[in-house]
Amino acid sequence: MRRRTRRLVMIGSAGATLALAAVLILTALSQKITYFYGPSDLLAAAAPPVGAVRLGGLVEEGSVVRGQGLTVQFSVTDGVASVPVRFDGSLPDLFRERQGVVTEGVYGGDGIFQAHEVLAKHDETYMPREVVEALQRSGEWRGPDPSDPAADEDRAE
Amino acid sequence: MIPELGHFALVLAFALALVQVLASFAGVSTKNDRLANMAAPAALAQFICVGTAFVVLTISFLSSDFSLNLVADNSHTAKPWLYKLSGVWGNHEGSMLLWVLILAGFGAMVAYGTRSLPQDLKNRALCVQGLVGLVFLAFVLFTSNPFLRLDPAPFEGLGLNPVLQDPALAFHPPLLYVGYVGLSVAFAFAVAALWRGEVNAAWARFVRPWILLSWSALTIGIALGSWWAYYELGWGGWWFWDPVENASLMPWFVATALLHSAIVTERREGLKAWTVFLAMTAFAFSLLGTFLVRSGVLTSVHAFANDPARGVFILAILAVTVGGSFALFAWRAPLLKSDAIFAPISRESALLFNNLLLTVCAATVLIGTLYPLVLEAITGEIISVGPPYFNSTVLPLAIPLLLAVPFGPLLAWKRGDMRGVTQRLMLVAFITIGVMILTFVLTRSSPGFAFLGIGLGTWMVLGSAKDLIDRVKLARLPFATSLRRAAGLPRAAYGTGLAHAGLGIMIIGISGAGSLHDDHVAVLAAGQSLNLGGYELQLDTTGLYEGPNYYSEYGDFTVSQNNRVVDQLRAERRIYPAEGQATTEVGMHATLWGDFYVILGEEQDNGSGWAVTAAIHPLVRWIWFGALFMCFGGLLSMSDSRFRIGAPRGAKARQTGNTAS
Repeated sequence: MRRRTRRLVMIGSAGATLALAAVLILTALSQKITYFYGPSDLLAAAAPPVGAVRLGGLVEEGSVVRGQGLTVQFSVTDGVASVPVRFDGSLPDLFRERQGVVTEGVYGGDGIFQAHEVLAKHDETYMPREVVEALQRSGEWRGPDPSDPAADEDRAE
Repeated sequence: MIPELGHFALVLAFALALVQVLASFAGVSTKNDRLANMAAPAALAQFICVGTAFVVLTISFLSSDFSLNLVADNSHTAKPWLYKLSGVWGNHEGSMLLWVLILAGFGAMVAYGTRSLPQDLKNRALCVQGLVGLVFLAFVLFTSNPFLRLDPAPFEGLGLNPVLQDPALAFHPPLLYVGYVGLSVAFAFAVAALWRGEVNAAWARFVRPWILLSWSALTIGIALGSWWAYYELGWGGWWFWDPVENASLMPWFVATALLHSAIVTERREGLKAWTVFLAMTAFAFSLLGTFLVRSGVLTSVHAFANDPARGVFILAILAVTVGGSFALFAWRAPLLKSDAIFAPISRESALLFNNLLLTVCAATVLIGTLYPLVLEAITGEIISVGPPYFNSTVLPLAIPLLLAVPFGPLLAWKRGDMRGVTQRLMLVAFITIGVMILTFVLTRSSPGFAFLGIGLGTWMVLGSAKDLIDRVKLARLPFATSLRRAAGLPRAAYGTGLAHAGLGIMIIGISGAGSLHDDHVAVLAAGQSLNLGGYELQLDTTGLYEGPNYYSEYGDFTVSQNNRVVDQLRAERRIYPAEGQATTEVGMHATLWGDFYVILGEEQDNGSGWAVTAAIHPLVRWIWFGALFMCFGGLLSMSDSRFRIGAPRGAKARQTGNTAS
């Protein structure tokens, strides 16, 4: 092979790889990301979001029904609106009422959020920042602005 | 008094770093050797000073000196000594001090541990290394000083986050930092080479052991983090594509690419500019990782704005390092001419293919990690980019790379014979197909593509073994001759084989644990049991006990298989009153073929029992065994004799060691 042909083969294969990568990235960024909703946002949405989304807020006081078999039910609230959540599995160690929580799952037509993952932090004073922002949007936030860089989230799936 | 000594030592280290930079820079520019040679003793003195500061901080932690703000915030008298020790780097200030300590240690090693290094290159590298040290010492002193006092001193500390109180995690940050900071040496050599305007085979030989060291440390550091997540966080996951994990994975990808491109520079004097570019990029990624983890930007763009001093400082370091070094690169790289000709089928092209895919993988992870931050800053929309994104982008890029692994070492330099290599791999291919069919039959009850991944891993393990077998001509020569040949093989050949096979083992583990795992949740009262994957799990008793700095609710379980008891397990929920936190301690029955994993959940309100989660993670331990192999392979390559002998190798030596890499 001549030097020019060799160079063309090299540049061609590099270009092809980059093009493939670009296609993969763009497809994934348009389809494989998860949007975050606060309870008010979720209820205000014109149509229920398709696929998995994250819902975050406070665990509403008195809403937790557990210890009845393996399904846990609770409501996520931002002080204005509240969305019932159902979750099958063990909750994170620090899941408490009036604590911040982020759940990931599907919001069905029946008005119940079926979670497949619940995230809460290993710290009693922690509040997920999406929750803080959702609370601030709904005007219900009454705390200092939290910032905790070492946010190890505790999850249950 | 003692903490002030540490503080003073740190200030002294800063001054010494300044001397190191100025003396070597002035000396090199004015060709004044006596001035330039001051760099080495300054580097050693700087290391001694930072070492003193680190020892002082360690003593303060071990003796629970709560008059230090940092100790009061992060330690507790009831904590076991190991976690008092790891508490030194289990927080921002201490971990940055460790960062600087490792940096200074490497500086001292460059100064005194490499005798064959040309004095001029050494002084220039030490100048760059000193500059990095200077900047980070300034960062520690001005934004993250670990020696700040509290008055009055509290009687008791606040404790260390209980999930961090774990042996694996105690050594995870130091190893990761050795990896990150080791790349600073490659960076210093790259900048020094641009400064001199010369890169040659000898340069690559000086840099490669450093790349190998940091790569090995990074590999095992990442693996330890994953191992910790697996058993400590209590939900059996081992990789989450979490931004903090990605921050360490990106430098790993680039370091792996650098490791391979430096081989081409060493053997064929090719890819010179590219190798230098990668060395700078790899360090830029470790700085980016430090920035992402340390600035709080990952928690929120807004959290970052709340405490901007540290974040802005690291961002400035990042911008200056990246901007400055890449500007230098743009200016000087045309001097680095490579005259190696690349035939499409050759060892060097295979290595180039590896580099292409690895850098694209790093870029993919980078985009996925930064996209949510950028989107939030621009539109305010909050999204998360998680496993679905990374799995659907990185996997398609990784698969061709992994398939190609066995071909690389078998291809000859300059002009490879693809047909011959394919023939040599025929047997390996047949065995691999056999293994795939067997796996498919054994796992047909569970959906997924485990058999493909396990086949891929088998292909890599056997392919790596095949290279070594061919090189000692096993079964083709008398056994004693083969043995002699095996003893004569360069360590680097074994290193390559081990590392590639280790990657294969890891792929097998990832495939098994990733697509064959199974779990089952049930409410169990004492005496009741559940069945999963041929195991029977019985809850025997539950109870309470008190540990050194926690109290625990526990459940004792019996695991049996075919009515034979195979293991007794205890799963716990620990509450740490000092920190007000809880952790899950899982029970594990571990075998080579998989783990049986038990998590104790909550007690039912009506007293009917406890929620118990049982899970099976097939082959999961292969992930970390693979990482151990890779790390060991890297260290073995690093110890190859040619890196210690500075003189260029003769033609004969080059021939026999030709296929080593």
